[in-house]
Amino acid sequence: MAVLTAKFPELVAAGLPQNFFHNRKNPDCVQSNGAFCVGWAVDNFHTYVGPALKQATMVSVSVAAGFAIAMALALLSHRYGKLVPPLTGFTGILYTVPSLAFFALLIPITGFGTETAVIALSAYTLQIIYRNIVTGLANVPAGAKDAGRGMGMSSRQLLWRVELPLAVPEIIAGLRVATVSTVALATLAFFAGAGGLGEKIYTQLNFKTNIILAGGLAMLMAIVFDGLLVGLGRAVTPWRRHRAPPILEALRRLRRSV
Amino acid sequence: MTVTLLHLALPLGSVLNSFSDAVDFILHPQAAQTGGTEVGGVGYIWPFVRTHLEVSGLALAGSLVVSLPIGLWLGHRGRGELFAVALGNAGRAVPELAVIAFLAAFIGVGLQNVTIALMVLGIPPILTNTFVAVRQVDPDAVQAATGMGMRGPQVLARVELPLAASTIMSGVRTAAINIVATATIAPLAGVSTLGELILGRDVYGSDGVLAGAILVALLALIVELTLAGLQRLVTPRGLILQRASAGA
Repeated sequence: MAVLTAKFPELVAAGLPQNFFHNRKNPDCVQSNGAFCVGWAVDNFHTYVGPALKQATMVSVSVAAGFAIAMALALLSHRYGKLVPPLTGFTGILYTVPSLAFFALLIPITGFGTETAVIALSAYTLQIIYRNIVTGLANVPAGAKDAGRGMGMSSRQLLWRVELPLAVPEIIAGLRVATVSTVALATLAFFAGAGGLGEKIYTQLNFKTNIILAGGLAMLMAIVFDGLLVGLGRAVTPWRRHRAPPILEALRRLRRSV
Repeated sequence: MTVTLLHLALPLGSVLNSFSDAVDFILHPQAAQTGGTEVGGVGYIWPFVRTHLEVSGLALAGSLVVSLPIGLWLGHRGRGELFAVALGNAGRAVPELAVIAFLAAFIGVGLQNVTIALMVLGIPPILTNTFVAVRQVDPDAVQAATGMGMRGPQVLARVELPLAASTIMSGVRTAAINIVATATIAPLAGVSTLGELILGRDVYGSDGVLAGAILVALLALIVELTLAGLQRLVTPRGLILQRASAGA
């Protein structure tokens, strides 16, 4: 700090270092609304855990519900191809409605609370998941299906043992996009009375540390969910040879050379 | 039987009531919840609609100006795949509320700042889609163009861009949806869009909130349908024919 003050006196004059390099004993940071008050963040971190967990639960339930509905719709349209255009259009329209408006439209119907948020959030996931399941099933190589039929599979067996497993990568890709965007959308769920990190942001809208902490936690949550889904995708498709991520590959090479 | 019907009809009735009250709010001025001033009515709401369209339009135009050239260039050169895709993925993870709050606390409020914040949400989908669209153009078509003596920029403008137009437009649609949706929370940063009604329950009451929600939803649908029509217009007929014959 002293070094910094000596080096950049004009920064001190602007009041920046106190804000940036705040220590716990310095309440100035909070009072002057510094960029990120580490001490405050450490002391108050525990108040963010509850809302974060609530948001994580909300996202999990919404994506799971959306996945179940999208899967049912996709299987129906796999059987009856004529359903694809109207269902694509319908889920697309749901996706278009801004989330805040969606919550507000649902409140007179389903009331104030987590259910309302979950209904809206799962409606948003439908478009992406449905589209990806349909494309995934459509992209199954004809040869694989022929082989299955040649082995005497019924169309139900063919679906569960050949088509769906081969569509898994596409389905997981859809789930990843849906989950990541649901985490982001769920920060507005407080408006429907569902709490979450958005409520933390909204209640102290001008306090910089709060915004960075809550917003950062939401983005971290998206990354964690994404990683979990990537792992799930690998676990359920053991027959696919996975190349290690570039960073691991580089580390391995490094170790070998040492 | 009658009892069940009645049970069903009661909540339905109250739902219909609140929606008709909301429509009434849009059409006719009424006393504010806080007393005193009159709120509601077409003349009162129109400026919100205009601001919403204005800030969304500016942000979409800005996003296009920034991301189209970069996406086209990267796609044409076949470079920066990691950058373009990672940007698209990261863009989805950014919570809209956090962007607006961050902007209001760190940079400042007002039309200009909100436009920039909305561009943060509009740039990733356009850039990623443009990149992917140009990369996916049939290499045979590009080779044929080169064989006909076209140079890099000509290939880009006369072969790659038309063939990529449809996918680029779907990125623009995603960006527009994001922007119009996020413009709804712009009142938190001092720009009075339609979100003013939704976020101002204390002043406008539940009728005003619902009225705002109906209008925002309609606005988003109109923007989406317009852009979908535009997408159909910019798709070359050859591609449509090709897809139709591939589907059949």
